[in-house]
Amino acid sequence: MTEMQTAPVLELRDVTRIHGSGVTAVHALRGVSLSVCAGELVAVMGPSGSGKSTLLNVAGGLDSVTTGAVLVEGVDLATLSASDLAAVRRRAAGYVFQDLNLIPTLTAAENVALPLELDGGSVRESRRRAVESLAAVGVEELAARYPDEMSGGQQQRVAIARALVGDRRLVLADEPTGALDSETGEAVLRLLRRRVDEGAAGVLVTHESRHAAWADRVVFLRDGTVVDSTSYSVDADAAGALS
Amino acid sequence: MAIRQGLLALLDEGPAYGYQLKAAFEERTGGTWPLNIGQVYTTLARAERDGLVAQLETDDDGRVVYEITAAGRREVAQWFHEPVRREAAPRDELAIKLAVAVTAPDVDVTSIVQTQRGETMRTLQQLTRLKRDADEDADLAWLLVLDRLIFDAEAEARWLDHCESRLARKAGEKAVRRPATGRSPRAAQGSAR
Repeated sequence: MTEMQTAPVLELRDVTRIHGSGVTAVHALRGVSLSVCAGELVAVMGPSGSGKSTLLNVAGGLDSVTTGAVLVEGVDLATLSASDLAAVRRRAAGYVFQDLNLIPTLTAAENVALPLELDGGSVRESRRRAVESLAAVGVEELAARYPDEMSGGQQQRVAIARALVGDRRLVLADEPTGALDSETGEAVLRLLRRRVDEGAAGVLVTHESRHAAWADRVVFLRDGTVVDSTSYSVDADAAGALS
Repeated sequence: MAIRQGLLALLDEGPAYGYQLKAAFEERTGGTWPLNIGQVYTTLARAERDGLVAQLETDDDGRVVYEITAAGRREVAQWFHEPVRREAAPRDELAIKLAVAVTAPDVDVTSIVQTQRGETMRTLQQLTRLKRDADEDADLAWLLVLDRLIFDAEAEARWLDHCESRLARKAGEKAVRRPATGRSPRAAQGSAR
């Protein structure tokens, strides 16, 4: 455990991301540094336009940095070829987005198996692992259903199963509780938390402090800069919260 | 706090002596509001004076067992039936602190907001940790209490975010207005509209 916590799975080093150029340039991130270790869930909070989603996108290799570096398991994403980067996205990182992104013409099991199949896994083995992953989030019985045959909460669980399938060491979640009711949203956070407790590194982007409270550390962004950060210490007297 | 009604509701489930009531109250609420035994007996004595409970017997160990009366049952039923009224404007140290700070010269209000938000966030994390460790079935009553505390803390955090945005917007407006005397291009642009 100690060893797990010392080697960051994700590392952002002085990352700047500028969209556009000249007078229309938008500084989405300005010199952000962040490390996330295995077994650690970090929440990123901030108002709209503070750079939260950009941070998540560069962390997962979905967007590139303007300056600075993003390392996933010690590998600088900027040094990878397009196909190697795609492989990192499929194998190392799992994504859960607010708008689900399930493919409507595929069943739940097919959606979850897709990244494994794209990665060259056999259809049979990929499906087996997909059903395993669906079972892990408690929706095995939805395997044969299509997204439009599921509730929002069920779809989100399937999206999480897809993010967690295989041996993903990094889970990136952007407002994963979206428009879910508070209890279903909490179930989604419990799943994310459990996966992190089992050894993944997690980043959770949210504007709700109640959700961020599931994280070990909370980072506040404003105008692309980290303005504040709080950690939960297991040594803290939990009863103190009640005094 | 509704200790009297809480104890009466527990007595409505069956006769009990003071220590049993104290233990049951704390178990249901997860020890969030610990009672001292003196407080329990004072409350029972007043309820007895008001005809809501009666002494039933003294057990072998000399403990007085209380039972609820018909009037006590009516008070419990009424308590469950009526909504709890919010205090009109309870004194709130944080609101007072920010209201004074924002009008005082040379106080960094943004820093006060950030410090407080860190504290509120830590409280939320601690409460969430307690929730994670609780048993969903065995600790249902305690989980409801925790949720209440979590939603309260969340409301404070949201209010602090709101204050921070409002302060940032005000600071932005001031920054635009200030150079207006020197005819800044942005101010001129604004007045041209």
